Amino acid sequence: MSRALARPYLLLSPAILSLSLLMVAPVVFVLAYSFWLRTAEGLDVPAFQFGNWANFFSDEFYWLALYSTFKTALITTAVCIVLGYPTAYFLARAEIKNRGLLLFLMFLPFWVSYIIRTMSWINVLGKNGFVNAVLMGIGITDEPFKLLYNDFSVIMGLVYFQLPYMIINVYVSLDGIDRNLESAARVLGCTPWQSFREVTLPLSLPGLGAGSLLCFVLAAGSYVTPRLLGGTDTLFFPDLIYEAIISQLDWPFGAVLSVVMLVALGLVIAVYNRFMSLSDVYRSFAR
Amino acid sequence: MSMAAARQPGEGRIGWALLRLWSIAVYLFMFAPIVVVILLAFNSSRSGAFPMEGFSLQWFGKLFANQSIVDAFKTSLILAGTSGALATVIGIMAALALVRYSFKGKEGIQTFLSLPLLMPEVVMGVALLMFLKFISMPRSFAVLLLGHTILSLPYVVLVVQARLVGLRASYEEAAWTLGANRLQTFFEVTLPLISPAIVGGFLFAATLSFDNITATLFWKKPGIETVPTKIFAMLRTSISPEINALGAVMIVITILLPLIGGYMVRRFAKTK
Repeated sequence: MSRALARPYLLLSPAILSLSLLMVAPVVFVLAYSFWLRTAEGLDVPAFQFGNWANFFSDEFYWLALYSTFKTALITTAVCIVLGYPTAYFLARAEIKNRGLLLFLMFLPFWVSYIIRTMSWINVLGKNGFVNAVLMGIGITDEPFKLLYNDFSVIMGLVYFQLPYMIINVYVSLDGIDRNLESAARVLGCTPWQSFREVTLPLSLPGLGAGSLLCFVLAAGSYVTPRLLGGTDTLFFPDLIYEAIISQLDWPFGAVLSVVMLVALGLVIAVYNRFMSLSDVYRSFAR
Repeated sequence: MSMAAARQPGEGRIGWALLRLWSIAVYLFMFAPIVVVILLAFNSSRSGAFPMEGFSLQWFGKLFANQSIVDAFKTSLILAGTSGALATVIGIMAALALVRYSFKGKEGIQTFLSLPLLMPEVVMGVALLMFLKFISMPRSFAVLLLGHTILSLPYVVLVVQARLVGLRASYEEAAWTLGANRLQTFFEVTLPLISPAIVGGFLFAATLSFDNITATLFWKKPGIETVPTKIFAMLRTSISPEINALGAVMIVITILLPLIGGYMVRRFAKTK
């Protein structure tokens, strides 16, 4: 290969090498680790046995955890669509002067630290939080409502974190639609609602899909939000992984749980990729 | 606007009014929690919650007197600076290759480099922890540095790529034609042209690192805290006015930093 032809590969090699060494190899290693043997003395010995996997498959607790995690992620995604689509539509289509400023404002909370944004919901929903202070102040209730440390507060925290992803994806998609198509639908006798349903909505599906996939995957993979805002009965899969690895130091079993998480989310992504394009999702990060 | 032309006068007014109300509600939803944190940071009450009892700056004072928080800030800043610089150098090289050259396997490499974006952070945390332990590298600052670099690399590649698209090869060709060698061309032409992308990529990567918590919890040595893990640990006992003050400081830093960065990039671009 001549020097000029080799140049792009040379420029790419640090990125490819570091990703291969620090991401691909470790993930493959986790798969291998899930077959290792944990001895009675708590030592992990390289082996090829199915004990860890048998433990996983024989205990329905872990399936329940996976189910409850995916359910919460799905609800979070649905709430993001309901809150985000109309807002993105408004930002893209309304005749407003400060569109740039409004878009900028939507992404400001994005920059605020994740842990602070999650923590802020304790201040909002807590016993002496903002919502209860207002409700008791105007006399709606004498006793504070229990709004925190349950599935509701987990979903609020997750939605709060994911919503900007949804809005930017839908907004970009709506913004890219040729307005003449909508005008044509109107001229040909569609009502505004019909023109939205038959033209605008289908054409914005790539953005809606990308936003939804991101919401789902990021919500299902989150550890800190359910940990801080969830109750004692909140069951979240990433939390089980953390417990196995850091608290119980049972690495082979933690490896099993990690592989399960990766495969489960990989299946969701594969199904998505069957119908939509993953490159839309990747591109949305660059904006 | 073509939309307006197709619309009959007065039509859909209620619909737009509802949309506007909905959007205002969503904006309130986005900003109310942040405002609440800042508000409570100045509350003189000891409970760190409502009701507001009076204005006080004491919690900020307590904050800066707390050595473990100051240490966490130091760790976070060093980590963000080093991993950000590393990710930026590697990322800019990759982005340059992807934007400037056409070559075999480009699509595949692009997808490969974006793959980690959808990787659950918990799994990434577990994987790198196990792998580095296996090659005799236990939890340490070095693991955090490598891990944070890898986590922000795909973002840097994508963000820098988007900014480099407008960069035309003709400037460099002109420099060569006028007798500059490769090194001179790079330092005199290419580097000044891509420096906004470098600054942007670095700020992005540093912010991601500064903000990271989930993977950090897996990689950090017990006893070493970054700002987010410190807050996380403090929150496990209870919410205190000190945490609200820390939150307010973090909000100001994380919002101001990108704003200053963006402003500097624009100014820099203008003067050139």
